[in-house]
Amino acid sequence: MHTEQGHRELEHTADWALEVWASDLAALLAESARGMYGLMGVVLADGRRQRRQLELAAADRESLLVDFLAELLYLAESEGLAFDSLELEAADGRLAARLEGAPIQSHTKDIKAVTYHRLEVCDTERGLLTRIVFDV
Amino acid sequence: MVELKDLRRISDHEWEIPTSVRADMRVPVRVFASRALLEAIGGDSSLEQAVNATTLPGVIGRVLVMPDVHQGYGFPIGGVAATELPHGVISPGAIGYDINCGVRLLASNVRFADVEGSIGDLASALDAACPSGVGTGGRLKLDERELERVCREGGEWARRRGYGTESDVARTEEGGVLAGADFATISHRARDRGRTQVGTLGAGNHFIEVEVVDEVFDAAAARVMGLEEGLLTVLIHCGSRGFGHQVCTDYVKSFQSAVERYRIRLPDRELVCAPLDSPEGQAYQAAMRCAANYAFANRQLLAHDARGAFAEALRGRTREPHLHQVYDIAHNMGKTEEHVFDGVRRRVCVHRKGATRAFGPGFEDLPPEYRAIGQPVLVPGSMGTASWVLVGTEGSMERSLGSCCHGAGRTMSRSRAKRTIHGGTLRQELEARGIRVRAGSLPGLAEEAPAAYKDVDAVVDAVEAAGIARKVARLRPVAVVKG
Repeated sequence: MHTEQGHRELEHTADWALEVWASDLAALLAESARGMYGLMGVVLADGRRQRRQLELAAADRESLLVDFLAELLYLAESEGLAFDSLELEAADGRLAARLEGAPIQSHTKDIKAVTYHRLEVCDTERGLLTRIVFDV
Repeated sequence: MVELKDLRRISDHEWEIPTSVRADMRVPVRVFASRALLEAIGGDSSLEQAVNATTLPGVIGRVLVMPDVHQGYGFPIGGVAATELPHGVISPGAIGYDINCGVRLLASNVRFADVEGSIGDLASALDAACPSGVGTGGRLKLDERELERVCREGGEWARRRGYGTESDVARTEEGGVLAGADFATISHRARDRGRTQVGTLGAGNHFIEVEVVDEVFDAAAARVMGLEEGLLTVLIHCGSRGFGHQVCTDYVKSFQSAVERYRIRLPDRELVCAPLDSPEGQAYQAAMRCAANYAFANRQLLAHDARGAFAEALRGRTREPHLHQVYDIAHNMGKTEEHVFDGVRRRVCVHRKGATRAFGPGFEDLPPEYRAIGQPVLVPGSMGTASWVLVGTEGSMERSLGSCCHGAGRTMSRSRAKRTIHGGTLRQELEARGIRVRAGSLPGLAEEAPAAYKDVDAVVDAVEAAGIARKVARLRPVAVVKG
């Protein structure tokens, strides 16, 4: 990890996995979303910007992460939208997200689901680290 | 960490991980594999995931591992686990997000040799007729009432609307419909996703292939199935699409708190579960059956479209082309079945994830014509390699809970396949071998390259040597359609 915030793809035999790191939970969720859109090969259309707001609550950080990414997958499939501006506030098991993006012009891969497989949001010296396995 | 040295040899094709390997194991793990395949299996986390599966409350007998196993999420792909009714658990993650992902084989009366020059046209016709690719919706837009009927009636829904025959439905696992589906257990989100995706192939490892019957190993069984050397067949691989993915997502989420309520401790949160007789367990089973029936209907619609394309592409080039169904089989499913454990017959929920049912001869659930030969087992190989038709045996009932392998099994990660294999080059190689390719995405094609998978012939040799299936016919691909 060379930067404060980032993600990289990990080897996984059948599915896709991402390692994501950031300074705090809100940044980790936003970076995870960017990583997921990257895996999907999402290209946004030019034109009218779209905004959405989400409020989520979950029992723990891992569930909040899964729920947030699952929401984004649903919005991608049901409304054809993806977001490149993610303003998030996360604390005490709650997430408030202000999302801005555009219709998806194209994408190369479908993700079936965000899994809990060995999912753990770990505290590190520099912030938080997680590994997410996606079913594809 | 489970290592190969932890395995005890039972025979050349059976290995056991005893309960002494980890303190939380409730039952042993039994692996069906040759030594060579076992070494490939040891290269990822499959065996550890199988050991994790032995911690499910109510698990009975052994957790089984097929030779095509590879690591998945929570439960290995190629794993089988039975939990006892009524108090054992059901785990959505041990069935998978693509509920009732499965394979359907249609066999024709057309000789490859008579239409060899038309296979490219046939591939194009199948590609045009069968909606495929990322995010693709189908031609049908179901309202809520119709979606509910799909969930309740499965393949029969499609037949009633003119998309199939009585023989198709009879030659589908469970007659194409699982009883006990309850639409009230389906979320609005799953309903929303389900309305537009029925009759679509999707992307990823899903495909439609045209194959030639290359060699027959059991002439009597092949005759019953209508398989003859040199004839064309069509193989369809897909599942319950976004509908099933959402059902599993919903219940994996809600079961996170169910495990707290039932005080179930697990080594992996993806294995979350609830007792079969609990309200949560009952709701998931009813929802899973809706998704399973959706998948049966989905493959029936695709079979209908494939028949139209087959007839259109080959009409006038051969005698009246026709496709009849050989069988349709699930490989991601939880089923209530009866099996014998230590001489006692018990009702269990058999979780099969990346594993098929493989009932031996004599079972009343099979169509009458198949009762003497056993249930057809369809094992698609990796793209461009052989696929197999097998039958279940008495041995599968005794040793593998009437289960068998589901494919070749991956050995290479998708990211490595993308890095090391060029989709365009792969397509050229396949075309040079006489395999016509219609693919929506070249990187997607590269991920599914044969080099990323085990040798399906070795997998099939292993299940036959272990006595849990018998070879009927090998199929050779001549066209591949992928999203």
